Amino acid sequence: MSFWDYIKDLSNIARRVAEWTGGEWWVYGLLGLLALLLFLVPSLLALIWIERKVFGRLQVRYGPNRAGPFGLLQPVADAIKVMTKEDVAPARGDRLLFRLAPALAFMPAMAIFAAIPFTRNMAVNLDIGVLYIIAVGSLGVIAVFMAGWASNNKYSLLGAMRAVAQTVSYELPLVLSVLAIVLATGSLSLVKIVEYQTVPLLLLQPLTFFIFVVAALAELNRTPFDIMEADSEIVAGYHTEYSGMSFSLFYLAEYTHALAVSALIATMFLGGWKPDVGIPWLWLIVKIYLVFLVFSWIRGTLPRLRVDQLMGFAWKFLFPLALINILIVAIEVQALEGFPGWLALVNIPVAAIILIGMARLFRFGRVTAPARAPERG
Amino acid sequence: MIGAGIVKGMAVTLRHLLRRPFTVQYPEERLPLPERFRGNELIWLVEKCTGCNTCAKACPHGVIQVETSAKLDENRYFVEKFEADMGLCIFCGLCVEACPFEALYLSREFEKATYRHEDMFRRRDDFINAQKNFSGYFYPYLDKERPKRLEGW
Amino acid sequence: MKEEAAPIKTETFMVNMGPQHPSTHGVFRMRLSLDGEVVVDVEPIFGYLHRGVEKLAEGRTWVQDVTLTDRLDYLASMSNNLAYVLAVEKLAGIAVPERAEHIRVIMAELSRIASHLMAVGSFLNDMGAATFTPLIYMFQEREKILDLFEMTCGQRMTFNYIRIGGVSCDLPEGFIPALTRFLGEMPRFIDEYDTYLEDNEILLARCVGVGVLPPDKAINASVSGPSLRGSGVRWDLRQADPYSIYDRLKFDIPTGKNGDVYDRYRVRMEEMRQSLRILGQSVRDLPGGDYRTKVPVTFRAPAGEAYAHLESPKGELGFYLVSDGSLSPYRFKIRAPSFINLGVLRDLLIGCKVADCVVTLGSLDIIMGEVDR
Repeated sequence: MSFWDYIKDLSNIARRVAEWTGGEWWVYGLLGLLALLLFLVPSLLALIWIERKVFGRLQVRYGPNRAGPFGLLQPVADAIKVMTKEDVAPARGDRLLFRLAPALAFMPAMAIFAAIPFTRNMAVNLDIGVLYIIAVGSLGVIAVFMAGWASNNKYSLLGAMRAVAQTVSYELPLVLSVLAIVLATGSLSLVKIVEYQTVPLLLLQPLTFFIFVVAALAELNRTPFDIMEADSEIVAGYHTEYSGMSFSLFYLAEYTHALAVSALIATMFLGGWKPDVGIPWLWLIVKIYLVFLVFSWIRGTLPRLRVDQLMGFAWKFLFPLALINILIVAIEVQALEGFPGWLALVNIPVAAIILIGMARLFRFGRVTAPARAPERG
Repeated sequence: MIGAGIVKGMAVTLRHLLRRPFTVQYPEERLPLPERFRGNELIWLVEKCTGCNTCAKACPHGVIQVETSAKLDENRYFVEKFEADMGLCIFCGLCVEACPFEALYLSREFEKATYRHEDMFRRRDDFINAQKNFSGYFYPYLDKERPKRLEGW
Repeated sequence: MKEEAAPIKTETFMVNMGPQHPSTHGVFRMRLSLDGEVVVDVEPIFGYLHRGVEKLAEGRTWVQDVTLTDRLDYLASMSNNLAYVLAVEKLAGIAVPERAEHIRVIMAELSRIASHLMAVGSFLNDMGAATFTPLIYMFQEREKILDLFEMTCGQRMTFNYIRIGGVSCDLPEGFIPALTRFLGEMPRFIDEYDTYLEDNEILLARCVGVGVLPPDKAINASVSGPSLRGSGVRWDLRQADPYSIYDRLKFDIPTGKNGDVYDRYRVRMEEMRQSLRILGQSVRDLPGGDYRTKVPVTFRAPAGEAYAHLESPKGELGFYLVSDGSLSPYRFKIRAPSFINLGVLRDLLIGCKVADCVVTLGSLDIIMGEVDR
């Protein structure tokens, strides 16, 4: 085996090490974890830097450029600052839950990566990969609610309530959109889904892509769906009371989640490690970063929706859209006994027509609450 | 139609992404100050001052304190004390305008942060020894050849 | 045995919004009673920034009081200067040179644009453009206006420029070319900004039909400025009771239809365009001559009283002065538009969501320096 083979497929290294140690299962596990950390930690720092830089340039300023060359060390400086800060817990809060929540927020976001295939071999080939990711990904909200409850703060509580409502609502279109992919590919395994994509699913199922991205943005609580930490309304939402390292855990969890969702989009819609030339896993990483750049751009541009409009959007727009999408995909799969690449030519106009049609029909409902102004004595 | 406006907005921000940053990297890069810039320092010319106390009266905050004694041989007042607490000054320039003998000016210095309030107190000697960077405020003829600010944008 | 289900009990809870809150525009505090996300009651509390300007002014001379007015609405200090000075001039019957009148109008309109930029930017920030993008675009343009101010009078915020009898110093050379260039660039910026957010669906969803202020209620509460015009009342002191040289200038008064947050936002954007029109005219007609009638440092206004008002960016800004013929005013009363516009806040907020609270407050455009004085 040449050096190039090792670089192209890092799992070869793991196999070599495992052979050397006798092929115990935990060796694979540890090596996988190590590889993941080696990817995750620099990526998180890079993500924070990228986002700040993108915001900077969107706003016609420089962005971080003091710490290190091009400000590259800015996240490191932030980390040092955050670690040296005092970690305050509210006196009347639930101390145990308060401490537990940040750790719990970080875990599911990281666990998603277990199932992301970096190449054909650099993955745990889970047969239920998609199911696993959805199940694990939705655990994050528990931590958010825990934090909101344990903080004993009204802003936190409001944020946590919003988070629960939002996550539950957007989970449905998210899952339904993934279902369309599963219908087409006939597999829940992410490796199979990638291998299926000779034409990226972005082109094959643009409607699915749209639903997934919007719902994922909501899951990530980034603008325009960031009501659970809406800084202009409820200060910082569920992590209002957090400071120091526990706050930064939430912050990191958010970026890990963003990274995970970008990775999912890159895997499921942009063809993962394909085209299979050069170093395949680098392709995936480039795609992940591209998706994240778009996320940052969206976040830097749009204002935020109100909570009732957000729910309305989920239930009155995305949910029916997801159902229509499944119907279309199911008919296509049944009629053609497969999902040939030329369907892209059909599906793109179909998606455009349906999107425009739905958008014309949809109105953000104006919920007028009963005005029961109490009379002042 | 839902979405068109959002797309237009995204295009606008994308265009901004390619523009040159508008901000200035302050300590290294400095904008030329306008001629009339009112910095946070007073300039007092001891040789011109007659100790008439007009500036002290004009000041809205009572920043300036003047004490004089008669100098009979020269037929003028000697300004014994000229003190100003720049920590109280609001740089309104009323004293400069009030001065009938052009003995008071505002300075163009602005990096005058100190750790203690007392350090902002200026005594007679401080004024005499201070570096004098005259502002063109109220005396526009002072600054004909200084660099102009508004060329950059 | 049948178990009686206990009825679900809900209760309203109190949330303090402010005085330290990211979006209450200074130290304003609202005590919200919430039923879930719905606002049941609001109690606006202010006074955290009270400095006693009205009383302080009685201890200073007429000339020195100009510096106090700088610190009311600190985003449009020029308008404040002008309003006070107009009152003093009315009291003392001082005639102002033609050139000074033009310079004053230029400054007032520039500060109107600066103030509206800030108002719109921070309003969009309240709406959750959480990364400050619109606000920073606004700052960029405001910066150019501040540069013009700095060039003229040496300061960027507290100008102390407009004086009794004129202005403190003449326009510097290079001001008119710079202003002309600004006038050329600004419309393009406003257009670009409109493309950015004017028909952004999220903005529309958040603004249209929110915080509706009916015209009769607005008039009853004596709301003024863009908030009043947003409700469709065509009332602008620049035309209703012209001061300075406004009777000679041509401009339109933009008004809204529904009186909601969106209309107030549109009115501000449109007013910026009109201000540019005014600026163009007053620059064109700028005469030469003196910029100031000399007023002694020991200026004494004759005994009597006067009220002068003008259309500041926030609304009708009025100064009521009583003089007993001494060096300083006997009574110094400010009619602050922000303060009076806040009077309708409770009516606007009850029944809306928490998120709308912030947006509605932002659309009223209050400056605490002026509210608390």
